[in-house]
Amino acid sequence: MTLDFAAILTPQYTQWMLSGAMTSLALFASAWVLAFLTASLLVAIGSAPFRPAQFTVATFVEYHRNIPMLVQIFVWYFAMPQLLPDAWTTWINAHNSEFIFALIALFLNSAAYMSEDMRSGLRSLPREQMEAGRALGLSYLQTMRDVLLPQAIRAALPPLINQSLALFKATSLAMAIGVAEMTYASRQVENETYRTFETFAIASAFYVTLSFAIMALGAWVDRRNQKAAGH
Amino acid sequence: MIVFENVDKWYGTYHALNNVNETIGKGEVVVICGPSGSGKSTLIRTVNRLEPIQKGRITIDGRDVNGADVNVNALRSGIGFVFQQFNLFPHLSVVRNVMLAPMRVHKVPEKTARETAMDLLDKVGLAHKADEFPPRLSGGQQQRVAIARALAMKPPVMLFDEPTSALDPELVGEVLNVMKQLASEGMTMLCVTHEMGFAREVADRVIFMDGGAVLERAAPEDFFQRPQHPRARKFVADIRH
Ligand SMILES: Nc1ncnc2c1ncn2[C@@H]1O[C@H](COP(=O)(O)OP(=O)(O)OP(=O)(O)O)[C@@H](O)[C@H]1O
Ligand SMILES: [Mg+2]
Repeated sequence: MTLDFAAILTPQYTQWMLSGAMTSLALFASAWVLAFLTASLLVAIGSAPFRPAQFTVATFVEYHRNIPMLVQIFVWYFAMPQLLPDAWTTWINAHNSEFIFALIALFLNSAAYMSEDMRSGLRSLPREQMEAGRALGLSYLQTMRDVLLPQAIRAALPPLINQSLALFKATSLAMAIGVAEMTYASRQVENETYRTFETFAIASAFYVTLSFAIMALGAWVDRRNQKAAGH
Repeated sequence: MIVFENVDKWYGTYHALNNVNETIGKGEVVVICGPSGSGKSTLIRTVNRLEPIQKGRITIDGRDVNGADVNVNALRSGIGFVFQQFNLFPHLSVVRNVMLAPMRVHKVPEKTARETAMDLLDKVGLAHKADEFPPRLSGGQQQRVAIARALAMKPPVMLFDEPTSALDPELVGEVLNVMKQLASEGMTMLCVTHEMGFAREVADRVIFMDGGAVLERAAPEDFFQRPQHPRARKFVADIRH
């Protein structure tokens, strides 16, 4: 077998792949930010000494951990539009509905996992940190946000980095509902050129490079925290 | 003025405070001592509602701290609390530790909060450590930062729960000096401590507790020289060694 990258690096195909790469990145970045914020909120709610709150968060987490990611994407794309108010569905359909539903499914799923990581980070902290915050007059949520979560996130950094990688790779599942991200674009190019190996070599290179970049960024944040904490 | 009226507290079935009646006047410095498990921490923790009580009443300047109309965060922001283990926030620099509560609770602008924090750090002799992180400080320095952090809310009352018990002996003095200075400035202070020297020098009164009850109250000199209750006598004899 001879490799022929020239056949797939025509302006047309390059454009498809670049656009796919950008969509993957946009999907990952927006899902990550939303997942991180939602996870923080879930931890704050789920750690409150209030049974119904704990139960609600636990149910959310179990749903997302026990149902395949692809099914969750299908649920959002095929089933949810029937439940959402008409006005919302109309708006979403006018704004790239595939991307939006994939984003929602991805960030909710990732938030469930991230919140579990943050929760175990939280458990590693001394109980007195909450008391110290509350004794100053900070509210429960203020203490969570300013005192506990920053420390919990630092303690849980390695699993959070792993979760970020999992989220990045999971963006490829969005192709199943027609989001033209990297994997979708590669399939398209491969369909037209039959250059299977070359096409997926490029896609793989993209995923590997970005995965390494995410890990490097995580390691950098970790080093900076360690230095700040004086270790 | 802090008033305890017939205060009872149970942890489950364990009777932790037994009919406590005390009055701490404005500007008074009161030292609480007693053997381990006697209820000293429990007593001061009821003042800022870190522990609820089941019977009786605790008032500060006439207001019931457990009253339905009392906002617990507002209440606590007016009562400084210093822990045995300092409990600084390790992820925040020293100055940020001191700035946090004024900025969040009183919505003080960052610049003002920093100025106040620097003044307080100066007061406890740690302005030069403002940008350091707590884990890098000695225990005595951490406790002084913790005092500055509590003072940043400008509380009229300060509670101390064995502030020097976790410290190496050579670091105790620097923390006691800060507390003595506070006392001389007229701060109302309720201190759980076994530091006799501190009690003699600055306390107006010593309260002796055992088994959740106050068994004796006396001027420091009298308490340490002539304890009346048999258990107080035993306690004083024990801490003298
Ligand atoms: N959260 C709790 N649940 C159950 N029992 C408790 C709790 N906190 C304290 N106690 C019990 O209440 C009693 C009084 O405790 P407290 O901490 O007030 O004593 P202390 O005088 O401060 O002792 P020490 O000198 O050891 O700090 C002890 O017997 C203790 O075991
Ligand atoms: Mg105690």
